[in-house]
Amino acid sequence: MTSPPDPFDQIRERISGYILSESTFRGEISFAVGAESIVECCSLLKNTLGFTYLVDVTVVDYLTVKFPRYEVVYLLHRFGENYEENLRIRLKVALEQDDPAIDSVTPVWSGANWLEREAYDMFGITFRGHPDPRRILMPEDYDQFPLRKDFDVRDRESSKRSFERALDEGLE
Amino acid sequence: MGVSSGPLLGGDGFLTTKISAVANWGRKNSLWPMAFGTACCAIEMMGAFSSRFDIARFGAETVRFSPRQADLMIVSGTITYKMASVCRRIYEQMPEPKWVIAMGSCTCGGGPFDSYAVVQGIDEFLPVDVYVGGCPPRPEALIDAVMKIQKKIDNEGPPIV
Ligand code: SF4
Repeated sequence: MTSPPDPFDQIRERISGYILSESTFRGEISFAVGAESIVECCSLLKNTLGFTYLVDVTVVDYLTVKFPRYEVVYLLHRFGENYEENLRIRLKVALEQDDPAIDSVTPVWSGANWLEREAYDMFGITFRGHPDPRRILMPEDYDQFPLRKDFDVRDRESSKRSFERALDEGLE
Repeated sequence: MGVSSGPLLGGDGFLTTKISAVANWGRKNSLWPMAFGTACCAIEMMGAFSSRFDIARFGAETVRFSPRQADLMIVSGTITYKMASVCRRIYEQMPEPKWVIAMGSCTCGGGPFDSYAVVQGIDEFLPVDVYVGGCPPRPEALIDAVMKIQKKIDNEGPPIV
């Protein structure tokens, strides 16, 4: 008796040129991808392999734990006919500490727009080619990236400054 | 206040009082809240407004979402610095006289959110009249706060015209 074909095999084969390494944790597959090929890899996954749904774009800041410091994480989903045929994969892109930047995947999934804005807002990752690279949660003149591990979460000074400025503008 | 009637007036009565007493009596029994609900506490505030607790018994059921028509601001919920400027602007748009209730631990002192985004007490930028502790406070506590505001209004002096 042969075991059923691994649905990931086809994916692995098609994007093998972009994969730097692969890891599995509790049945969840993660592929490490180079920053320069993220858009190509994503369009292939979306247009040929059916990963039409970008679940989330987020960032991990390893600070001193790991080098390079940042890792941008893309969670992708493919819908299947049956429940068992749903597939989820994770792409990870490592970014350097200085001036972390990566190409935007908004041209591939327009839903990436706000996700990338949030990643920028919280971690200061620049998404090149993003159609609207503004902050999304914090005030627009805020000058910190609060989810970076070297930011003090109790530091309210920047928030206060933004608040004072908003007040001054409103009262003119 | 005193009510008098006598044959001299042909049976009609008259009332002696002070203008401030009448104004305060009117104000305290017709508080129109501006409900500034930003988080979980707002649910308890809605509870206080609806039939089970019925804040209408204290004359404060006419919730206005236009600050121009309100005289009691109930700030219920976490206030972030980004929201704080909006909150302050709305407060300034309310006509005098006006009162503020800080409902919940968040508005009283930041609550569980000792973080970069959350104001540690709305008295940083608003003159608060009554603080209601609790996370969230029960509707009875909000009603108690309204009654405290009523007492406060009662004791107010003549209006400065
Ligand atoms: S005090 Fe508690 S219930 Fe009220 S807004 Fe804050 S966290 Fe929510």
